[in-house]
Amino acid sequence: MKGRIHSIDTFGTVDGPGIRFVLFMQGCALQCQFCHNPDTWDTAAGRQVTVEEVLQEIEPYLPYYRGSGGGITVTGGEPTLQAPFVSALFKACKERFGLHTALDSSGFCDPSHAAELMSYTDLVLLDLKQIDRGKHERLTSQPNDRILHFAKWLSSLSKPVWIRHVLIPGITDHAEDLRRLGRFVGRLGNVEKLELLPYHRMGVYKWQTLGRPYPLEGVPVPTEQEVARAAAILQAECPQGLLRHK
Amino acid sequence: MATKENEVRRGTAGKEAWRGFADGKWRKQIDVNSFIEKNLTPYEGGEQFLASATEDTNALWRQVSALLKEERERGGVHDIDVHTVSTITSHAPGYIDKDKERIVGLQTDAPLKRSVQPFGGIRMAADACEAYGYELDPEMLRLFTDIRKTHNQGVFDAYTTDMRAARKAGIITGLPDAYGRGRIIGDYRRVALYGVDRLIQGKKEELLQLEVDAMTEEVIRLREELSEQLRSLGELKAMAAAYGFDLSAPAANAQEAVQWLYFAYLAAIKEQNGAAMSLGRVSSFLDIYFERDLREGTLTEREAQELVDHFVMKLRIVKFLRTPDYNELFSGDPTWVTESVGGMGLNGATRVTRNSFRFLHTLYTLGPAPEPNLTVLWSAKLPEPFKKYCAKVSAETSSIQYENDDLMRPYFGDDYGIACCVSAMRIGKQMQFFGARANLAKALLYAINGGVDEKLGVQVGPAIAPITSEVLDYEEVKQKFAVVQDWLAKLYMNTLNVIHYMHDKYCYERLEMALHDRDIIRTMACGIAGLSVVADSLSAIRYAKVRPVRNEKGIAVDFEIEGEYPQYGNNDDRADQLAVDLAEGFMNRLRQHKAYRGAIPTMSVLTITSNVVYGKKTGSTPDGRKAGQPFAPGANPMHGRDRKGALASLASVAKIPYEHSLDGVSNTFSIIPKALGKEEEARFGNLAALLDGYTASGGHHLNVNVFNREQLLDAMEHPENYPQLTIRVSGYAVNFIKLTREQQLDVINRTFHGEI
Repeated sequence: MKGRIHSIDTFGTVDGPGIRFVLFMQGCALQCQFCHNPDTWDTAAGRQVTVEEVLQEIEPYLPYYRGSGGGITVTGGEPTLQAPFVSALFKACKERFGLHTALDSSGFCDPSHAAELMSYTDLVLLDLKQIDRGKHERLTSQPNDRILHFAKWLSSLSKPVWIRHVLIPGITDHAEDLRRLGRFVGRLGNVEKLELLPYHRMGVYKWQTLGRPYPLEGVPVPTEQEVARAAAILQAECPQGLLRHK
Repeated sequence: MATKENEVRRGTAGKEAWRGFADGKWRKQIDVNSFIEKNLTPYEGGEQFLASATEDTNALWRQVSALLKEERERGGVHDIDVHTVSTITSHAPGYIDKDKERIVGLQTDAPLKRSVQPFGGIRMAADACEAYGYELDPEMLRLFTDIRKTHNQGVFDAYTTDMRAARKAGIITGLPDAYGRGRIIGDYRRVALYGVDRLIQGKKEELLQLEVDAMTEEVIRLREELSEQLRSLGELKAMAAAYGFDLSAPAANAQEAVQWLYFAYLAAIKEQNGAAMSLGRVSSFLDIYFERDLREGTLTEREAQELVDHFVMKLRIVKFLRTPDYNELFSGDPTWVTESVGGMGLNGATRVTRNSFRFLHTLYTLGPAPEPNLTVLWSAKLPEPFKKYCAKVSAETSSIQYENDDLMRPYFGDDYGIACCVSAMRIGKQMQFFGARANLAKALLYAINGGVDEKLGVQVGPAIAPITSEVLDYEEVKQKFAVVQDWLAKLYMNTLNVIHYMHDKYCYERLEMALHDRDIIRTMACGIAGLSVVADSLSAIRYAKVRPVRNEKGIAVDFEIEGEYPQYGNNDDRADQLAVDLAEGFMNRLRQHKAYRGAIPTMSVLTITSNVVYGKKTGSTPDGRKAGQPFAPGANPMHGRDRKGALASLASVAKIPYEHSLDGVSNTFSIIPKALGKEEEARFGNLAALLDGYTASGGHHLNVNVFNREQLLDAMEHPENYPQLTIRVSGYAVNFIKLTREQQLDVINRTFHGEI
């Protein structure tokens, strides 16, 4: 079995605990306007690799991943589009290296499709981009029913989850949306962290390279005050100690 | 006041000075390491015990900061004493603020006033004066031109035609042929532990042992040197006496121990303006005195930190008179007052002490600074709280570097120190002859161009047939490159032999060598620049198609590359092995030649900031680097070519074999804070794990920089807001705002791990 990948990073520290091997899968079903990796959307691009080839890329760095309480994170693109491959990879990482495994997903995935993958996944990093259905569709090209369903399913499995929400001024920072998001997260029973990530523009050059117009042109990054305000709203709706916003 | 307190203790008998210390070999013979082993208190805890700066410390540092600001405003030099030849006793005592200083002593009679040290070369001294708007005393100029010969003149008397040409072309650069060579560490601790009289007695005995049957050249030279050493020890006592201290007897408490040791170091830097004047490994040695005073109730933690702060403050204002040319090569006015912190003992106990923490803590009490060059000897077995603290200090100040104690200890024991950037040596038992570096990227171009220099257009290298094919053939390039390297290694070693013969003769380090054993190990510390350029060039020639673009003289001035090729820095053996073979191959060539005074040839992969100047002097190379562009520093992969993330990059560098680069393999690692982790605690843990992993994989040295590119860009535009912004550069640290604009840009353009 082969997977289609975009690239690797041997030293990831922001997608899960410790130092992590980060595998970027190629292909995504969403087209988020703020995506900083639009070069990973095309399901026909990238290169194909076997599980064994990925394991060989990981092996030299095991002391770092083990010594820091890290592991492997598969992101993308959307990794659940290639769930069987990722599942086989995680299974091998656990059996051969005893590594901690994390899946960074949009949640745009049917639970039945991800059931086996979940049995080899220790942590899910789940993006909840917009709680409002209509706004979600405008932002990402798809409604959010599937994603919210997926989040509830993970809760029913008691799978540890870190929820992430990217704060975009005027788009994902509406007070009512944030309150609804906070309440939704508060009802899930499996959330270890809720990360509020300020929108950044560091991926804009990739849109330019791809010759695509950048949909959020003119949208500013949030100020510190705006982040603090959003954090306060979220905090009021969900359990203490979940929120991270620095 | 310090002086008066000491007057009371003057004449303290040796026995009393050693009260409470455990017995050992050190009592009968000069053996500092035996003293440390018997008396050290390893510290396994965290940083909670540390005290903040005292008011006197803050007041003093404010005065020093103001002086440093004035120095910058005056174009980099505060003042020069152009009339006095610097010797151990040349200047009257100097103070910053006598009543507040717990540790005293300056190079001249005023802080930041630079002295003239002409024994290495009068030309450099005169040029430096002129560059900063001063005029060297004409009488001194005459004296050291017509009457007293200098090291510099000696070297040029003996240089051959080939040596001059190689120097001009820049295939060998940065040679210590016009100033002091440095990179020798006196065992300054001996003065504190034994007092000067005991050291004089030891040197007299050594001299007596040399009343032998055959007065060979070696014996005559050594007898003369020992006599000079004895003279310098007398001068050391005289210098200290001028400050009101009697160094005859051992130090009897912590303050005296620091003061005695500092006086010894001060005498060395008044006598020598060596390229690197490193301190050694003093913090844990001094801790033994601190622990005893704390036990006896005569010292508080605040006072202990104050002593360290005042000592370190002195080390921060060590100044030498240099020319702007020198600054272009080694930028930012560095002095390499390298202090080695931590490490493990051969007995399995750590050498981390409370003083290890106190020295690192000066980066908070006094703020970040490039000097002293704080170097942590990292071992997997270091206490975890110390590892975490180091990571925290690195992440917050970017002022420390790391070297692999587990890698060095088998070669150098447990009482070695780092001279300059990455050069390990047993303290008081070993020295090196500093040899700068050879430019291997240029050597590769000589192989392609038949030994003709691509910039000067004249024959410098061996006259072999130039390569004329349309596409470069790997086997042909390899074979010709071997011929050029053979030529270069021989010429390089011979050049160094000339330099160090003359330095011993005209600019001998009397005091530093007085603080060594009589019979020492010497190494001939050669170096190479352009490792990643050459590895990638050979890889391009081998795995892609490289077409030289030749000018009308037939010299390849540019290269067109068709196809992709594996690049050094991605943990890909196809490219990395080329770098490994290059290091090992050149070292083996150096080993074929006889080094002056029985020295053992060694090699470093270190450029300091000269990677910029080397790049300037080197034409376009087959890896795609354009003429004039900087090389990567040290053993780093070329900028932006390491595409698999930091660990793959580190793995490639860790492959460079230390056994063939015993003088050090330098790697500079820059990362943005966010890329170390989202939360502070996680960042420190991740950085400590990174250091553990790098050392476990055999990596030798790592500079750690943690900052954002935007911050550096802002510092370029508004230097006044960043007086203490410190960054690590290939083996040392500098004030960022003191770098030349070109070097600032080089730092900013380098790979920052974690950028999206």
